[in-house]
Amino acid sequence: MHELSVAHAVVSTVVEALPAGPSAPRVLEVHVRVGVLSGVVPDALSYAYDVAAEGTPLADAALHVERSPVVIHCAECDGDAELLGTTDFRCPACGTPSGDVRGGRELEVLRLVLDDAPALAGGMP
Amino acid sequence: MSRIVDLKRGILEKNDLQASALREAFREAGIAVSNWVSSPGTGKTALLEALLAHAVTTGIAAAALVGDCATDNDARRLARSGAPVRQIVTEGLCHLESDMVGEHLADWDLAALELLVIENVGNLVCPSGFDLGEDTRVALLSVTEGEDKPLKYPQIFHSADVIVITKTDIAEAVEWNAGAAYDALRSVNPEAPILETSSRTGRGVDSLLHQLLSSVSADGSRLTPQEA
Repeated sequence: MHELSVAHAVVSTVVEALPAGPSAPRVLEVHVRVGVLSGVVPDALSYAYDVAAEGTPLADAALHVERSPVVIHCAECDGDAELLGTTDFRCPACGTPSGDVRGGRELEVLRLVLDDAPALAGGMP
Repeated sequence: MSRIVDLKRGILEKNDLQASALREAFREAGIAVSNWVSSPGTGKTALLEALLAHAVTTGIAAAALVGDCATDNDARRLARSGAPVRQIVTEGLCHLESDMVGEHLADWDLAALELLVIENVGNLVCPSGFDLGEDTRVALLSVTEGEDKPLKYPQIFHSADVIVITKTDIAEAVEWNAGAAYDALRSVNPEAPILETSSRTGRGVDSLLHQLLSSVSADGSRLTPQEA
């Protein structure tokens, strides 16, 4: 259940990006991307997030998890290809095995949806 | 009214930053560092015992950090090799994180070491996303496990730089199907070298030692492991 560690990291990543104090905007939604190779299970993360967010500024913010597939680079086709699963690392077009992974390991906070409020502190775009 | 703010920040950024700092320190000290992951019971500790004993005999300065949810049994077992060993007790946490590694290395003279093995908590799922600053991730599979285990736990076997098959001395008795296992391993990880070992007979231990040490060879190239 390492999703609890990951959920705590989601909360601290977001909280640290928000300005502290009464000017802090209310967070309505947290959108994260979880690659299928990251080893994180979306349902378990959502469950753990509810626990991790309790008593923090994210207590009322909903978590949205976006899955991203494995993308490999095929030297034969000279292009990137999306895989359907995680158990067969071969180019779907030509069948050449490839360990050159270009996507699927993502574990990131993509964006926040905020209740319209004062501007965020430095460090935030 | 609501508004969207792009953040684009790594969730495990803190762990990754500390892991990068460790990796830099390891590189500076010229030490080969591996992170061993497998299910419980694969024989990580037994193989590590054989590896450390062999390293000590051949004059390689090796050390180990071992992670477990509870007890220091493994550290006491491994210390018999004469190599410095330290236990990380995670108190239930299912994987090691880079700050634990950093804390437990704090007063070790890294420059005096050539090889450091970090034995992760026995778990095929949770350790996969946590970088510990290693240069080589080793995933182990024993002949007593199902040959299709790499397909059932693809993330961890995919993330490995080296794959080690353990307990090959009893392969025949447990009707190990090497062909099926290699197919499964190659399907999730087409490139990592696969080494066959037995901690009981010592098979493959020398090859593994060379494989791990090759990660810090001067030109950065990997040596071809010797035939076991």
